[in-house]
Amino acid sequence: MGLVERGLEFLDHITERAGYKNDWIVVREADTSSDYGRLPYERPIKEHIVNGVINLDKPPGPTSHEVVAWVKKLVGVSKAGHGGTLEPL
Amino acid sequence: MGRGYPKVTGVLPVGLENATKVIGNVIHTVKEYVMVIQLHDVVNEESLRRAVEYFKGEIYQRPPLRSSVKRTLRKRNVYEIELLEYRDKFALVRVLSDPGTYMRKIAHDIGLILGVGAHMRELRRTRTGPFKEDETLSTMQEVMEAVTLWREKGDERLLRRVVQPVEVSVVHLPKVMVLDTAVDAIAHGANLAAPGVASVTSDVRRGFAVAVFTLKGELVSLGVSQHDAAEIKNMNKGIVVKTKRVYMQPGIYPQAWKRQVSKS
Repeated sequence: MGLVERGLEFLDHITERAGYKNDWIVVREADTSSDYGRLPYERPIKEHIVNGVINLDKPPGPTSHEVVAWVKKLVGVSKAGHGGTLEPL
Repeated sequence: MGRGYPKVTGVLPVGLENATKVIGNVIHTVKEYVMVIQLHDVVNEESLRRAVEYFKGEIYQRPPLRSSVKRTLRKRNVYEIELLEYRDKFALVRVLSDPGTYMRKIAHDIGLILGVGAHMRELRRTRTGPFKEDETLSTMQEVMEAVTLWREKGDERLLRRVVQPVEVSVVHLPKVMVLDTAVDAIAHGANLAAPGVASVTSDVRRGFAVAVFTLKGELVSLGVSQHDAAEIKNMNKGIVVKTKRVYMQPGIYPQAWKRQVSKS
């Protein structure tokens, strides 16, 4: 399988796993070079971490903010943020 | 965090380092919750079910007094709401709704409708857009374990399951894939022009957000489409996507020094 097919397969896989669907319209036939960039799953671990997201199961007690601060320290990154607070709505 | 603060758990997407830039965009996605409502008196299960279902569809809510947002009446859609269980004053209810719908308010209002009063006891978020309760959901302990395994044993397998590539946080958006030659210009903040487009998903709409990817599936940027998918298919010039937020570092893909000539 070529790089383009694998890139497409990656996107379709994570999209379907999340419960969405991609219906692609090809505008131009194209190829991609292996000289630069890489498939997201092939990032070396450190690069993977700094371009990563955690689907965290927030424990009861601390605020979303506190939990993010813990994760940041635990993983050893300089920045972390959450996608929408989980304070009682 | 005063008295009567309910237990809140569940799906909380956390972006690390660079991913912090785009994680905020899941705020605007659909949410699913499961909550425990404590009724202040026993009611008939059938009337409870009716009261719960009354909140299906468009509802009006005024943000609570202590809320940071402007307290104007706002409309929210409740797509699905169902009574899962009812036992001895405790109701378990599942809700799928627009972002910014107050669950606590729904619990309270169900009590008003039933005439007995009620409040939210526990809340668990089971979904926010592309993040849900699936094999990627990780507890604090799992995160700790994964980091420890990697640091002490050099084993990165668990860490690669706990930490997902940033791309998973934008899969709910319509997508555009671009040619290698267009990537670096976008990484420098340029808009995407028609000749750089390789493919688009059919849900791309003029004026709405899109995620831009390389042909390898790497996230390049988030932007606003200037055209519908069907129009883009036949375009050879003009701006297709206005860049709003660049994700990829410049210099990873080569700079196309020559202006691209459309090959179609």
